[in-house]
This record gives sequence, structure tokens and C-alpha cells, in this order.
Amino acid sequence: MTAFILRRLGTLVPMLLAVTLLVFALMSLAPGDFLTPVKAQRDINPALIAELQKSFGLDRPWYEQYLRWLGNILRLDFGYSWTYKVPVAELIAQRAPATILLSLCSLALAWGLAIPLAVLAAARPGGWIDKLTSGAAYFALAIPEFFLALLAVWFAAQTGWFPIGGLTSLDHDFLPFGARMLDIAWHLVLPTLVLGLGGVAGTLRVLRANVLDVLRAEYVTTARAKGLPEKIVLFRHVLRNALNPLLSTVGYAFAGLLSGSLLVENVMNYPGLGRLVYEAFIREDQFVVLGSVMVGCTLLVIGNLISDLALAWSDPRVRYGR
Amino acid sequence: MVADLFQSLLRRPAGLVSAILLILLYGAAALAPFLAPTIPSAQDLNRTYHPPTTLVWQEGRLCVRLYRLVDPSTATYEPLPGQAAPLRWFSEGPPYKLFGLITSKTHLVTVESPAALYLLGSDATGRDVFTRLLYGAGISLGIGIVGVFLTSLLGLTIGGLAGYLGGWADSLAMRLTEFLMAVPGLYLLLALRAALSSRFPSDATFLLIVVILSALGWAGTARVVRGLVLSLRERPFILATNILGQRPTVILFRHLLPNTFSYLVVAATLSVPGYILGEAALSFLGLGIQEPSSSWGLMLGQAQDIKIFMLNFWWLLTPGAAIILTVIAFNLLGDALRDAVDPRFRLPGR
Repeated sequence: MTAFILRRLGTLVPMLLAVTLLVFALMSLAPGDFLTPVKAQRDINPALIAELQKSFGLDRPWYEQYLRWLGNILRLDFGYSWTYKVPVAELIAQRAPATILLSLCSLALAWGLAIPLAVLAAARPGGWIDKLTSGAAYFALAIPEFFLALLAVWFAAQTGWFPIGGLTSLDHDFLPFGARMLDIAWHLVLPTLVLGLGGVAGTLRVLRANVLDVLRAEYVTTARAKGLPEKIVLFRHVLRNALNPLLSTVGYAFAGLLSGSLLVENVMNYPGLGRLVYEAFIREDQFVVLGSVMVGCTLLVIGNLISDLALAWSDPRVRYGR
Repeated sequence: MVADLFQSLLRRPAGLVSAILLILLYGAAALAPFLAPTIPSAQDLNRTYHPPTTLVWQEGRLCVRLYRLVDPSTATYEPLPGQAAPLRWFSEGPPYKLFGLITSKTHLVTVESPAALYLLGSDATGRDVFTRLLYGAGISLGIGIVGVFLTSLLGLTIGGLAGYLGGWADSLAMRLTEFLMAVPGLYLLLALRAALSSRFPSDATFLLIVVILSALGWAGTARVVRGLVLSLRERPFILATNILGQRPTVILFRHLLPNTFSYLVVAATLSVPGYILGEAALSFLGLGIQEPSSSWGLMLGQAQDIKIFMLNFWWLLTPGAAIILTVIAFNLLGDALRDAVDPRFRLPGR
């Protein structure tokens, strides 16, 4: 098992190299750099700009810059954000937990809602639960996340029931611990709903098909013949087997969540990784982009790994390593 | 084969309704300049955030009510009681070019100057939302079709070659697709957009977006085509062509790939929404279609003002409804086509 985990983490290295190289090359193809706004100001001494360019290594060809950046990474130096004037590592350490929290909440929502609904829908194919959930899932998959986010902001503004954006209230720092947690939970409700809805629909459709497949298995007939109550047949015998294929797709779901959170965070003013990446891209704040992309990809690989491990735990037929 | 497809589509009401809806949408997009009461760049700074105008039946004609600005700070308008202007059918308005060729001034419907026809309200600079929605449809829907065409071509070629050649070409292509599928798509989208923007003139943004979306979207198609080619390759009719001594290119393009066609039609229909949503997301972030052009994503991006949410200018969110409608129609049509093409794809229990 340890060997398997190590091997999987080993694939992270070529992937990170490939992604950062690609992003680095693409960003240096783009015109201008993070000093362009500075150069546009008339009252700045050209000598200072030349010095800055030299100190950031901008006068070198891009592959040399990349190798330098890579060397710094090995020394755990993620570089310095030009626009935020803080080290990139600090910036990401601030933002990444918010995105992880949001993604996990959305995943929990997707599974928590989709599992019972899918089992109930598949228990009576064509019944009213099935028709209702299938229709709702069709609709939910068609709504763009950013539009849903807009609707959520509109809803919050019109009713005043939920905060319009952000992760904390103004007086957050002065609240006692319990109230602070409640405050964050309150701010998380709408973003989680927005980001999780597509996941609910997707999970529901896949799981429903899986449950219908498993229901035809002979051990289900055996369980019923033994006289087990239908509830136990469905949730203990069918569900566990139907969940297995789904577990292996959690990693890909996580990729979707990272992309989706980029849009949702921007609309809902949520202080996460997605908004950081977007703003850094716009300002060509190279090191912030690279750092965030690396963290995003690492999260993905870890997500995939966890889903594989969960699969091995839940399905005794799956064995990794020797 | 196409006739068969059409026949079985006729037997599925959901698919048929979607097909008709999509034909209507594309028709409306093509005829947008004629159908729209004005042109998308026509501003009216005295009528910002105008609510949708009500149509009334008066003196035997369809009329539009006249409005008065009550409070400019909150953009409150109030209809003038009993006053209305008749709609003019097939009358002259601002000049436009139909299909980029025919110059004309005739619009389906306009109104006399002091009155204004805002079927879906107006935006922050008093432009007609309905007109912009129609013009935006051309771009949003067009990107879907062109993007899917490019992707299918790319996926077919790469997947076909990978499956047929096998060996290192296969593993190279598959590693590439895995990479594309494993990286969060929007990150790459942003990077590509930043890199390519200077290579395209600003009026070719449409092309730029299509190229970016296709460059990221071919992976799924290529993988499935490869799988199909791998299994087809062992079938007797391909072995026969091998024995006949056909050239590999002929075998691939004449015999193998046409057999993946029915899958491709279904996959293409089901992936059009991805392109429409992708364009909308890019334009929404301000990285896609730029002013003065209009697209559904761009319109939604401009509706991100807190004023709009607080004062309930709901009509500015109608492009979202248009996107949802189109995506649902494409999905329903794709599902119906899939059932028609291959019953094995059908989900159990349906």
C-alpha cells in the first residue's frame, strides 16, 4: 500500500513539471509582464526599471527564467508577488484553505443529497421520485455555474437572508470562537449550493444507473429471498456496490470543482484560490499564477489518490501493490 | 443513414421538440439584424435600465406603452396612463447587413421616435437587451457549432491515428489526453487566452475562442474514437481490406473512421453545450467576446453590478435563461439521437 501511495505521488512530479512549463511558456508568449504598468508611468526612472527587470530576471530568455524559478522551488521559495507585495507561499497559504473548504462542502452536499435520492429513484424506475429527480438533474446540469452564482447573489440581495459575498463578516475577528464558526458557515451556504448543484445532478445520474445495474445481480435476489427488508437490501447490499465505480471518479469531480470555483469565487467575491489565479493572470503576476496552478494540481492528484484508497477500502476486490 | 436517424427522431417527442427549438434559435440568430428592432450598439442614455415595455391592444392595433422616468437615481419608470405608440411593421430603422452581405434598413418591427420598444428592457447605457440577445445568439450558438466541428475533426484524426498505429503514437496521444483531462480546464483556458491574444487581431476574438476551446476539448473524443478503432481493427472487414493490400491511409479514412461516425454525431451534439458554456464563461470573465460585439456570456458579465441585484433589474439576467434553454435542447436532442443510433447506449430502466 505504501509503495502504491509513493508511486502515485511520484507521478505528481512529471505532471507538475509539464503544467508549470506549459503555463510558463504560455505566459511568456503573452505580451508584457508584471512590470508593464510600472513602465507606463512617466515619472519612473528607466534605470530603476532596468534594475527591477534584472533582479526579477526578466531580461533573460524564458526557459532560463523557468529553470531559475524551478531552482527556487526546490529550495521551497515560491517567489514574490509583485501586485500583493508579499511572498507567494504566504498568499497561497491564506487562500487555499478557503477553496478546499468550499470544494469539500460542495462534494459533501453532492454526495449527501445524491445518494439517498438516487437509491430512491432507482428503487422505482419511472416512479414520481425518479421522474422528478431526473428532470431536476437535467435542468441543474444545464445551468452555467456563474449564472447560478449571479442568481444566488440576486437572491441574497433581494431577501437579505444571506451575505452577498466574502467568507467572513466585518466583525468576524471580534467574535467568540463559536460565533466565528457560525459566521463562516453562514457565508458558505450560498457558494456551496451554487458549486454543489451540478455535482448533485451528475452524481445522481451516474449513481442511479449503477444502482439499477446492481439491482439485477443475483446476490440481490438472494438477499430478498432471505426475507431481508427492502430498506436493508437497498442501502446495505445495493448501495455499497453501486458506490464503487463512483468513488474512482471523485478525483475528476475535484478537477471540475476547481474550475467551477474559479468562476463562482469571482462572482461571489469569495477569497479563494480561484479568484487569486484569475486576478494574477490578469495582472500577469507570474509567480502567483505558477504557485496557484501547482497547488491546484497537487490538490487534484491528492484527491485522486484519496479516491483510489477509498475504493480499495470499500471494494475488497481492488488490491494495490502486491 | 441520415434518413433513418430522422425517422427515429420523429418518434421521440422530446428530441423532436428540441430539434425544432434549436432550428428556431439558429434561424433567429441568422436573421437577428432583421428581427431586432434596432442595432446592438444603439445607446439611449436617457433610458438606462428601462424595464420591459408592455404591449397593449389599442384602436385595433398593437401598441407599446409610453413611460416616464420617475427617479433617475433608482431608474424607476412609470407607464403614462392611456398613452401608447403603435408598432410599425416592416418599417425603416438603423441600417444593417444581413449575413454580412445584404445591406438593408427594414426591421420587422419598430416604433416612432419618442416611444421606445424594449421587449426585454434596456441595460446600463440604454441599449435594447432583446436586440443584444439576438445578436449574441449568433456568436454563442456559432461557437458551439464551429467548436464542435473542429474538435470532432481533431479528435477523429488523433484518436484514429492513435488507435490504428498503436505503439508510441498511441501512448503519446493517450498521455496527452490524460494530461488535458487531469488539469483544471479553466486554468489552461486562461493561460492559452493570455498567450494567444496578441496573435489574433481584436476582431478575430471569435476565432481565438473557438481555437482555444477546441485545443482543450478534443481529448474526450479522441479517447473514445481510439477505443472504437481498436475494436474495429480486429473485425473481419478490416482484416479483409488488409489482405486486399489497401494502403493504411485508405483503411483508416475510408473504412475505419466512417464506422465511428454515428458515435461522433451523438458525441458532437452532446458536447455543443460545453462550447456554449465555455464561451459564456470566458466572455463572462471579460476574456472572450469584447464590446461592441455581444454574446450571452458578455451580457451576463455586464450584469454583475450590485445595483442590478439591489434594484431587481431581472431582465438583465435573461441571457442566462437563453443559455439554459439552448443547453437543455442540445442535451435532449443528443439523448434522443443516442437512443436512435445505438440502443445499447440507452440507460437501463428507461
